[in-house]
Amino acid sequence: MRRRVKLTYPATFDPTFRVSFPRRSFHNVGLVETPRPNLHKHPLKLNPFPMAKANVIQVDSDQIDLKNRELAAFLAWLLPGAGHFYQGRATKGSLYLVCIMTTWMLGFALGGGHVVYASWQPGDKRWHYLLQAGVGAAALPALIQNKHISDATRNGETEMGYEPMWGGFMAPPHRPVAEEQADEVSAWYADYGAGYEMGTWYTMIAGLMNILVIYDAYSGPLAVPISGRKKKPDSEPPDDEKSSGEESDESETKAKAAEETGEKS
Amino acid sequence: MISISPTYLLYYIPLIITISLVFGATRHENTQTILKHAFGTARWITSFMAIIFLVLMAIDWMI
Repeated sequence: MRRRVKLTYPATFDPTFRVSFPRRSFHNVGLVETPRPNLHKHPLKLNPFPMAKANVIQVDSDQIDLKNRELAAFLAWLLPGAGHFYQGRATKGSLYLVCIMTTWMLGFALGGGHVVYASWQPGDKRWHYLLQAGVGAAALPALIQNKHISDATRNGETEMGYEPMWGGFMAPPHRPVAEEQADEVSAWYADYGAGYEMGTWYTMIAGLMNILVIYDAYSGPLAVPISGRKKKPDSEPPDDEKSSGEESDESETKAKAAEETGEKS
Repeated sequence: MISISPTYLLYYIPLIITISLVFGATRHENTQTILKHAFGTARWITSFMAIIFLVLMAIDWMI
């Protein structure tokens, strides 16, 4: 016969509660002494993957299989929308691909192809690239160009014989770059005017948008509504449903009571 | 009234379209819901910027 265990807890909060009940007497919390569970006879059933999350989620009445989340997130970074294609969410994948890459390429064109480059030199710390790199593979040539020009730079000055690869595609400007001097960056600003500034913004925004996309690929759509508006409360169910609900509750209670009596007997 | 050419405002159009669509898509799965959310986002951002624009114009007029 199963032994019923009743725990009684202090009615009011006692700040010394944890001190007065040391760990070894954890199962004696309260006034009624209770036995420790026999862990050899009834081993605890622990989740072998406590950090694992459900891969199939439900959003807007659709079931989504996120598959391998890490892989999906990586693909989403590598090419906007690729993670969603991998998960079979082709519509959203296409939307992301078109929107983000259009913004990216538009910005790139507005800045004459010079708005995306990687550089961390005095006078030209291109922090914008950190955001632009959010689009993944499309921004990676800038790193190769940066390595190429770094190899040809001595004491902060680019060697005379340096020629950027690929016709200067995503190549950093010749060094040094200083605000008070007429350097290559100044020439780009002069050539493209506001387009250079807007192109930088467009490419940065494209990279930032892809961070949202990576999150979407990893864990599904965000649940928080932007407007913050509360939904109107649902209308109360008609009396017939109410009464039927009460009846079902009563029947459940009766069934539980019957089970308990069965156990006792 | 505006210190830049009004044509500069055209930069706003592709941005608001893409941002709204991507923003809506990161919150829903259903296409209709995405479009509805995107429209709401675009309207909200545009209204917010219009209000800021009017406030700045009023300050400019007062000074």
